[in-house]
Amino acid sequence: MRLYVAVARGSFRRYATYLGATVAGTFANTVFGLVLCFVYTAVWRANPEAGGYDVADALTYVWIGQGLIMVVAIWGGGSPDDLAARIRSGDVAIDFYRPVSILAWYLAADLGRAAYHLLSRGVVPFVLGALLFDLHRPSPSGAALFLLALPLAVVVSFALRLLAALSAFWLLDDTGPRSLLGFVALFFSGLTLPLVLFPDGLRHVALVLPWQSFVQLPADLFLSKRTGLDAVAGFGLAAAWAAVLLLACAAVLRRAERRVVVQGG
Amino acid sequence: MALIEARDLNRTFSVRRRGAGRRDVVAVRDVTFDVEPGEMVGYIGPNGAGKSTTIKMLTGILVPTSGHLRVAGVEPSRDRRRLARQIGVVFGQRTSLWWDLPLRDSFDLLHRIYRTDPARHRANLAEFVELLALGDLLDTPVRQLSLGQRMRGDIAAALLHDPAILYLDEPTIGLDVVSKGRLREFLRALNATRGVTLLLTTHDLQDIEALCDRVVVIDHGTLVYDGSLPGLHEVGGSTRTLVVDLADAAPPIAVPGADTVRVEGPRQWLRFPAEASAAPVVAAVAAAYDVADLSIQEPAIEDVIRSLYGSG
Repeated sequence: MRLYVAVARGSFRRYATYLGATVAGTFANTVFGLVLCFVYTAVWRANPEAGGYDVADALTYVWIGQGLIMVVAIWGGGSPDDLAARIRSGDVAIDFYRPVSILAWYLAADLGRAAYHLLSRGVVPFVLGALLFDLHRPSPSGAALFLLALPLAVVVSFALRLLAALSAFWLLDDTGPRSLLGFVALFFSGLTLPLVLFPDGLRHVALVLPWQSFVQLPADLFLSKRTGLDAVAGFGLAAAWAAVLLLACAAVLRRAERRVVVQGG
Repeated sequence: MALIEARDLNRTFSVRRRGAGRRDVVAVRDVTFDVEPGEMVGYIGPNGAGKSTTIKMLTGILVPTSGHLRVAGVEPSRDRRRLARQIGVVFGQRTSLWWDLPLRDSFDLLHRIYRTDPARHRANLAEFVELLALGDLLDTPVRQLSLGQRMRGDIAAALLHDPAILYLDEPTIGLDVVSKGRLREFLRALNATRGVTLLLTTHDLQDIEALCDRVVVIDHGTLVYDGSLPGLHEVGGSTRTLVVDLADAAPPIAVPGADTVRVEGPRQWLRFPAEASAAPVVAAVAAAYDVADLSIQEPAIEDVIRSLYGSG
């Protein structure tokens, strides 16, 4: 366990060294957030109770989304990208030599990355948004539940990104699966449009898919739209997805390992 | 018991060929050898000879198609994790360090990966930092290290958990002469003081001459030589050359036991078998000709091995 804490810490420090990238990325998130705020303001002025949100809720949702893009790695990235690069270059053989769990190793590295991104790319745009707009103030329980939902979102996202990366064992290039995943995540996480605004049928589907835990679930907890049993159900669904997807990762990783070890490559 | 026991080791790859279905390619064929604790063995062969395939089988990341293999008492591919604690692996062209982290952090992660006893880890680290002159580099991110520095870091990384065997795959590739020399010196000392068994693949035959008492040559997947370095010269039919500078240009020298292979003004080249003594040849030349200077060229191991590859 201490090994994986050290891995997470190392990963945190690694991202922390690229300060320039952090500043540029934070600036981009803030600009995006501003643009979305103008669009959302227009939407909610036309329809003041869309999706059960008022204007303050909607604008808060924007800044939560901008803050979580990098934390949850909605577009992709993080430690699965490192693994995909190592599969392509063959350096993954070094990972196989080591007496450690590859899955736990890369998960720890991604959690370390997420922690750094929360403190930099997550907090800064949100604070700027809160200074510029009148945002929803969360209840203590809402804020706590929101923070609790984040690690779960990162794990679900990590497992999906890792599955895409592992395709490199068979495809050599994981660009296709990775961009497809990024596109689906962009839509079904609720980053572009809250899932609560989706038409009936699509909304019901979107709200049980794994991506709902990326932005929609944390935002609804923060906004106290989901409380009590409803919140528990949200956590339960995300946890179930995390478990299923991690098991899938473990199974694919075993196959990949067998493929390399038995067939060579 | 031998540290490495390979008996009739075979490895076949199934390769898909365009339009021609699948075809089996034999990468390693009936390879048999033992390595005893403390040996330094050079494992050499041309590109594609099956060296890397063998190393991969020895480390457990590739399963032999058939044959018997034991390394440090375990079957590598079944017990890869247990074997990992017994072996260190250094690739000249890859790194096991973490690119974005200072060298110190990589060593710390390895300490946790292998769960080395903390006191032992500290002692090893202090020793390798000193011997490999890593002191000033510990806080430098690995991506900023030069190739030679990174290689020293990689070697320390492979040894921190006290492995009994160290595999080195092209460890001196790309290094300058001074760095190569230092690295060889370190490896020799490592073998002498800690008894670490070394198995080295290389294209740099000076590595072999400087380090290995024993050479295993593989070509087209088949073992073509296993023995001492001097023995390699006999098997390879290698020759030494006596270079004679005469006082004046003369017709080709004719003495028993040597052939004159080249004449260039007053300088002539005489070839004789590598295992024969140079003394009678020199004496015969000096007795019959007016000699200004003499020198002897030792056989180039490159040539010997090339002739072995040809016959293998």
